[in-house]
Amino acid sequence: MKFKDYYETLGVPRSATQDDIKQAYRKLARKYHPDVSKEPDAEARFKEIGEANEVLKDPEKRAAYDRMGQNYQNGQEFSPPPGWDAGFEFSSAPDDTLYESDFFQSLFGRRARGGHARQHTMHAPGEDHHAKVEIALRDSYHGAHRTISLSMPTLDASGHVALRARQLEIHIPRGLVAGQHLRLQGQGGPGLGGGPAGDLYLEIAFAPDAVFRTDGRDVYLDLPLAPWEAALGAEVEVPTPEGSLTLTIPAGSSAGRKLRLKGRGIPGGGSKPAGDLYAVLAIAMPPAPEGAAREAWRALQHAVPGFDPRAGLKGAST
Amino acid sequence: MSTERSTLITTTVVEDDSGFTMVELCRITGATPEAVQAWVLEGALQPVGQGPHDWCFAGQALRRARLAARFARDLELNAAGVALALDLLDEIESLRSRLRRAGLAPD
Repeated sequence: MKFKDYYETLGVPRSATQDDIKQAYRKLARKYHPDVSKEPDAEARFKEIGEANEVLKDPEKRAAYDRMGQNYQNGQEFSPPPGWDAGFEFSSAPDDTLYESDFFQSLFGRRARGGHARQHTMHAPGEDHHAKVEIALRDSYHGAHRTISLSMPTLDASGHVALRARQLEIHIPRGLVAGQHLRLQGQGGPGLGGGPAGDLYLEIAFAPDAVFRTDGRDVYLDLPLAPWEAALGAEVEVPTPEGSLTLTIPAGSSAGRKLRLKGRGIPGGGSKPAGDLYAVLAIAMPPAPEGAAREAWRALQHAVPGFDPRAGLKGAST
Repeated sequence: MSTERSTLITTTVVEDDSGFTMVELCRITGATPEAVQAWVLEGALQPVGQGPHDWCFAGQALRRARLAARFARDLELNAAGVALALDLLDEIESLRSRLRRAGLAPD
């Protein structure tokens, strides 16, 4: 096990006041909160920060940590000396499934405190659990059975925190969209004293797709056209998440024009109607022309003498 | 790490359901009834009904209520701060979806 320097995690000196620690924690928590942060490792960083704060914000835990930690560097091999916390009294039991690092658990977790899982004599439903899962866009078009893997920290009978992995085979209903939640009844935490188990809620996101992007139930794709297809009109084969279909491109189409395929987006779910599929036109140029192709472009230039693509920019410079 | 397998589990789409009572919403999000009432007073959640015992929250409220609970817990935001953060997140989301529609990947 490696020693963790909680002061370094929060970026404060060992002499920091409780106010300094609070301020540093809040600033970092806002920066790395997984719900607002775009940092790639936000979730992991946020946990580290929370763990450091859990210890340093509490004067009793901080004092015990300080006494033990003064001879250790971050990352140094470490095991808690026996009786390291003698003479300290910790009043608040942390929510120790929240911070699962071995380092934290060996010092402040329930197993280190010599305690046992709380004895519940009351009759109560189990906790509800939450997880995020990604599904493929096409699963929402067709509905599907998928196996998902989840792991969650749980307390075993002796109060140890263990990561428990489980696989669930679930039904993905047709028309499910990103941001919605699936409820799996009875798949949350176990009930207490014979109470019913809690539920498991899965927050749905779409796995990134190279071709399609979504906005609610509407689906978008970029459709490249040759310049002559855009100019003359064409019949073009377009992929959709439920197979390809033929789309008629009107003559004189410009880049950026959206062609709507009504009802070809994500199917309706609940009381919501199906979304639409939009093909956003783009114009792809052939390689730099030579020979006959060059002549053809030149002929086109002469055939459309009055065309000014920059007419809208006139008068923009003073 | 122990692994267990189970058979096909039926699922329901929360957003298609009729909604949540105050008690249910508190249980799912881990928020206290006082916190939920404060968020409602700030307009961050908009239930229908005559008062806390009669409130019904739409399925879509789940996402907002969970965000509110996490912000309150992790960032120690008060109800006004929670309401502001949710409004700003909504605005960011609508700007992001405009970018997505335009084919400009926002992430």
